[in-house]
Amino acid sequence: MAKARGLVAVNVEECKGCRLCVEACPVDVLHLTNTFNTHGYSPAEYDGEGCTGCGICYYACPEPGAITVYKNWAEAQEAYICQTKKVPSRLTVIDSVKGLAQCEACGQEVILSNFSNLSFAE
Amino acid sequence: MSVKILGKSAAFYDTYERRPGSNQEQTHYCPGCGHGILHKLIAEALLDYGVAENSVFISPVGCSVFAYYYFNAGNIQAAHGRAPAVATGVKRALPESIVISYQGDGDLAAIGGNEILHAANRGEAMTVFFVNNAIYGMTGGQMAPTTLIGQKTTTTPYGRTLQNEGYPIRMAEIISNLESPVYVERVMMADTRSINAARKAVRKGIKNQIEKKGFSFIEVLSTCPTGWKMSAPQSQEWIKTTLSENFPLGVYKDVADQVEPLNLEQNLATPARVPKLLGLDQDNMSFDDSEMKLAANIDQEIKISGFGGQGVLSLGIWLSEIGMRENLEVSWIPSYGPEMRGGTANCHVKLSNRSIGSPLVTHPTILVAMNRPSLEKFEEDVVEGGAIIWDSTLIDVEPARKDIVNIPVPATQIAKEIGNTRISNVVLLGVLSGFSDFLDPMVVQRVLPLIFKKKHLLEINLKAFQKGLELGKEINN
Repeated sequence: MAKARGLVAVNVEECKGCRLCVEACPVDVLHLTNTFNTHGYSPAEYDGEGCTGCGICYYACPEPGAITVYKNWAEAQEAYICQTKKVPSRLTVIDSVKGLAQCEACGQEVILSNFSNLSFAE
Repeated sequence: MSVKILGKSAAFYDTYERRPGSNQEQTHYCPGCGHGILHKLIAEALLDYGVAENSVFISPVGCSVFAYYYFNAGNIQAAHGRAPAVATGVKRALPESIVISYQGDGDLAAIGGNEILHAANRGEAMTVFFVNNAIYGMTGGQMAPTTLIGQKTTTTPYGRTLQNEGYPIRMAEIISNLESPVYVERVMMADTRSINAARKAVRKGIKNQIEKKGFSFIEVLSTCPTGWKMSAPQSQEWIKTTLSENFPLGVYKDVADQVEPLNLEQNLATPARVPKLLGLDQDNMSFDDSEMKLAANIDQEIKISGFGGQGVLSLGIWLSEIGMRENLEVSWIPSYGPEMRGGTANCHVKLSNRSIGSPLVTHPTILVAMNRPSLEKFEEDVVEGGAIIWDSTLIDVEPARKDIVNIPVPATQIAKEIGNTRISNVVLLGVLSGFSDFLDPMVVQRVLPLIFKKKHLLEINLKAFQKGLELGKEINN
């Protein structure tokens, strides 16, 4: 069994529910939901555990910003820079299915699928 | 430590503000469309090589017509099939930029088949991504040049047949047979492995351009779930089982390592360079209205007609050249047969103080007839009180009309006496100038040296003009 050290976050508003990521995931940890996003698609969702961070779903996905893969979550969570206070911080996952985490520095909720608005130390 | 995160590339806009409507977070592509994947691969490569800021993305007509909604780069949307031509212009004007021509199969292989062949043959230093999904996606699933035999589309409802529509066109093979391209590969986007291979091809294509290697062509077999009437996973399966069997994958040509980098010079059409290219920097001739003797109101519609080779069209051009320097509005259109010499030719010239609406002359105020068929054909069209100037050496009939000014000129005879029958049109120019009030002889004499650049030609032509001018003045008196 591959080591579950990654984290995948789906931006439900950008997802069109085409199912390509679900089919591509080698460890089968993505599924389509029965709910609808505001554009009328049933988006993909992470099972909540088991992501290896391989990135295959990212390349399978035709939508530029629908999937974000943290290849090594342990490293990423330590490298986080608080967006409010602009200081090095740390993330704690509060909902792995919805891709929500909490910033240690400001205490605010961080949407992990909103990748282009986040920053991490190099 | 560098954190490895795969997320939305910074080579894309954060929100797609150029996209009209409320949905500016998603692309306009259908769910499962291959364009999105290829966009991501290209964006990633541009960013990784540090050239995203320096790239110009040429989008075609087709589903990817709106690629400029997404790419945070230079964007141009070209006319149908003309992306390689536009890319050529951009690359030559900005040789340091990374120019990407992105086209679908309807755009590249059908209407743009000619453009791509010649851009490839010239070895333009660009990267072409050819998205082949065997169908016209945007317009509703019609047959494309790449549609497979037997494949049903809205325009081949019983399936494409060999007898009726011919074989699907294999562009990668065709392009690879040309001398100039340095890299031609066909890839597909059907599963993890093939997308990875496509990613490598995309990177190589862009790297080739960064290294100034020349023309790279990457054909990408891509899904069209909507056009194919399949789910997205089924579409990928169909690429693997059917499409890639008909369009074999692989590297068709790769000589990038063996060629020297191109020496690309900037070829920019600056405002300062245009007059120089046209020779206008030598031409500092301009006149004030007070210097010239012209009628107050000029509104002339002139038709000049004769055999091809008599200088019919040239005489028209000269009239408009002279008119321009008299600060008039001018127009000139030619009408001629396919022959360079022989046959009949005529041209329409307008000279006016007012803006010219149409360059067409249907009822001339002046007809210059240099052979008999021309006189017979256009005599009736001349307005009442108009003038007919005709070459009485070559035309053995008189105009029948009495309500016009009849001006016979033995132009060919005069030209022969001066030394060359080919200058009979200059004699007629002289007559026109002497007879009329809209061609100041002073201006004409100063424009002629611009037309006849060789000294010995200028001499004889000035002589012919002078002779005509005298004749014209006599008629006026």
